[in-house]
Amino acid sequence: MSTFVKFTIDGIVCMSEEGKQLVEAAAENGVFIPTLCNYPGIPPKGSCRICTVLIGGRPATACTTKVVEGMEVKNNVPELEEFRKAVVEILFAEGNHLCPSCEKSGFCELQALAYRYKMMVPEFPYMFPKREVEAWHPKILKDHNRCILCKRCIRGIFNSEGKPIFDFGKRGDKIVINIDPDTSKDISDELVQKSMDICPVGAILKKEKGFDVPIGKRRYDLAPIGSEVEK
Amino acid sequence: MGNTVNNVIKKYNGDETRLMDMLMDIQSELGYLSDWTIEQISRALDIPKVSVEQTVSFYHFFTKEPRGKYTIYLNTSVLAVFCGRDNVAKAFEEAAGCKFGTVSKDGLIGLFDTACIGMSDQEPAAIINEEVFTCLTPEKARELVAGMKAGKTVDELKGNKYGDGQNANPLVRSMVRNNIMKKGEVVFADYTPGSGIKKAVSMSSNEIIQLVKSAYVRGRGGAGFPTGMKWEVAKKAPGDVKYIFCNADEGEPGTFKDRVIITEFPYLVFEGMAVAGYAVGARHGILYLRNEYRYLRKYLEDVLERMREESLLGTFICGKQGFNFDIKIQFGAGAYVCGEESALIESAEGKRGEPRDRPPFPVEKGYLQKPTVVNNVETLCSVVRILLNGSDWYNKLGTKESKGTKVISVSGDCKKPGIYEIEWGFSVNDIIKMVEASDVQAVQVGGPSGSCIAPNEFSRMLSYEDLATGGSLIIIGKKRDLLKDVVLNFTEFFRDESCGSCVPCRALSGMSKVMIERIIGGQGTAKDVEAFNKWQSIMKKNRCGLGQTALNPIVTTIKNFPEAYKNSIKAKDDRFCPAFDLEKAVADYEAATSEAR
Repeated sequence: MSTFVKFTIDGIVCMSEEGKQLVEAAAENGVFIPTLCNYPGIPPKGSCRICTVLIGGRPATACTTKVVEGMEVKNNVPELEEFRKAVVEILFAEGNHLCPSCEKSGFCELQALAYRYKMMVPEFPYMFPKREVEAWHPKILKDHNRCILCKRCIRGIFNSEGKPIFDFGKRGDKIVINIDPDTSKDISDELVQKSMDICPVGAILKKEKGFDVPIGKRRYDLAPIGSEVEK
Repeated sequence: MGNTVNNVIKKYNGDETRLMDMLMDIQSELGYLSDWTIEQISRALDIPKVSVEQTVSFYHFFTKEPRGKYTIYLNTSVLAVFCGRDNVAKAFEEAAGCKFGTVSKDGLIGLFDTACIGMSDQEPAAIINEEVFTCLTPEKARELVAGMKAGKTVDELKGNKYGDGQNANPLVRSMVRNNIMKKGEVVFADYTPGSGIKKAVSMSSNEIIQLVKSAYVRGRGGAGFPTGMKWEVAKKAPGDVKYIFCNADEGEPGTFKDRVIITEFPYLVFEGMAVAGYAVGARHGILYLRNEYRYLRKYLEDVLERMREESLLGTFICGKQGFNFDIKIQFGAGAYVCGEESALIESAEGKRGEPRDRPPFPVEKGYLQKPTVVNNVETLCSVVRILLNGSDWYNKLGTKESKGTKVISVSGDCKKPGIYEIEWGFSVNDIIKMVEASDVQAVQVGGPSGSCIAPNEFSRMLSYEDLATGGSLIIIGKKRDLLKDVVLNFTEFFRDESCGSCVPCRALSGMSKVMIERIIGGQGTAKDVEAFNKWQSIMKKNRCGLGQTALNPIVTTIKNFPEAYKNSIKAKDDRFCPAFDLEKAVADYEAATSEAR
């Protein structure tokens, strides 16, 4: 039987199962902690840093933190909100994100977070990197311009033999996510769809399928990100 | 070719956690790791090609294309540049007939840049087919290329003038010099091989841990975590299989102390690992040695072999029931971030060197998910000495919070660069005097990830309580352009060495380079300079030490040398958008219209 523990977020007393991921535990208590690289059901990696909270005054990623009794969490404080906005802006300036022409517009978590943090013009220098649109795969289109290297596809997509389909290549600002030609050879339509859904942005697309929900009716057109938690 | 791949994989029993070793062996046979080779490895190990590729493409010294019969990796560090690296590079390019980053048309010579290779006191230096060439000049560069064209072997190119001490050992035969300028009581004192382990077996594991705790040894890699406490946690961690790692991946530009310690006192280091194994209850030790020091491989393997013969390694060490310990050497393949302990562990498991989230800490779940102790080279040496001389002796050295001695690597604008073992508590001024430096503009303490300090702070004390350092001091003379020669170089270093996982580190280290170049080019604004302080607070939220400190070269110089920045942005500050370069913006148009004309 699981033990329930008490902890606080910004002074508000919360309850959750001991050892539960802080992002999930917060959501259960109506507190939204933004995430990008985190995805329910796959092991967290703490790489986008946007879910950073302060625990006992020290920064820690909420996706890799487990709840314990008496934990004191700071979440909705100016220092962190500024940081989160900066992470979103950095991602926009780092890649080539052209929302109006993107298939995932309205479903994109990066775009939705940019609205949440009221991003206007990023104060970081646009890098305009030269990146590829990889289209050799019969079923998957990989647009590296949009990839935010969150690793969700690497950590969450495996073929029927349990082998990964995606993995990192290179390092630093040249880092890229590659598709394995062998393990992805007989990829099912469902798995392609899952890959597209798991991608927070429009970097993985299912070929031969474009805009199937009209503008105005897409997920974040209907309700802004976080509203599913903050009731 | 297929045979090579299969033989190597067989040698490592098809164990995919040994991928680093496999790739190194295959590359040294075939010269490079082609797509075809990667496919063979992928099939033989039954892992996806992308997974092999993620390791291959992460490390600087692995290559998918041929890099020439002779591959010249010329160091690009600040110290190399101080010593005339650019002219040497030019001479190499002219003689070889190709640019850096490429291979000559006949496939004979490849020229490549590489980050600090741990030879900061004998720059410019290069690695040519795993051998180190120091104190290069344009003249020597031309000679080397002529020798290559005449078909000389690397051994012949090296000549027969060897460095001091064990650098002249028949198994090393390297021109590298130790430059030990000051010996201290802890690391560079006389040592009888075997004495550390012999002393250890007369004690219980708990006694050793208590002794190390009472001596208050702190990790010498820079973080300063108490060693005894680390061992105690690892000993208490559940599980039968535990590992001891010695972190010899010193990649911080300007640091070369571990190279000298390992060259002269390999017994001391290996015995330190064995003592740690005895104390913690681990049977396996791994020396993670940076690839740049591969020229020491045969020599170190030989020392390990002799230790086995002398019953200092193996089973029933020194006849002690239950004391079984052996050591293997794991080479890195060129990645600064692997000096971070969890990235080092990932690398030793055959993966890209991406730091792990903590908790769990390596002492709980480390190498292959087993409890693992990672200690610095110098830390392990200190422990052996404490075993032999006692904690009271050790506690008399140093300051209140920082016991013992510190081995520092000094390089840059001074007359006596080299290795100094000093008691903690020396001031920067003391060291400047010792190394005979004059006209000092700044001192980079602890390498690029440390801080760049101005003369008004030279009275500060090297210690954990004041100015902590992993072991490097770079003296920057007044003749240097701080922004162009130093800050820009360090900024490029961090951009190249980021693993790319955390968003702030991956993106801001590249953006910083753009901004610094803008400032150097006279197109920066005061706002650009201020932005770095905000960026620093963003970087502090990265996962590992590399990301958290990657902006230190910029923010510490903004703080300590504000005039360097003010001078660069002066007079341009009132323009509407100084970053806008009209000539550059219309360059394409100009080119097109002039062609048309």
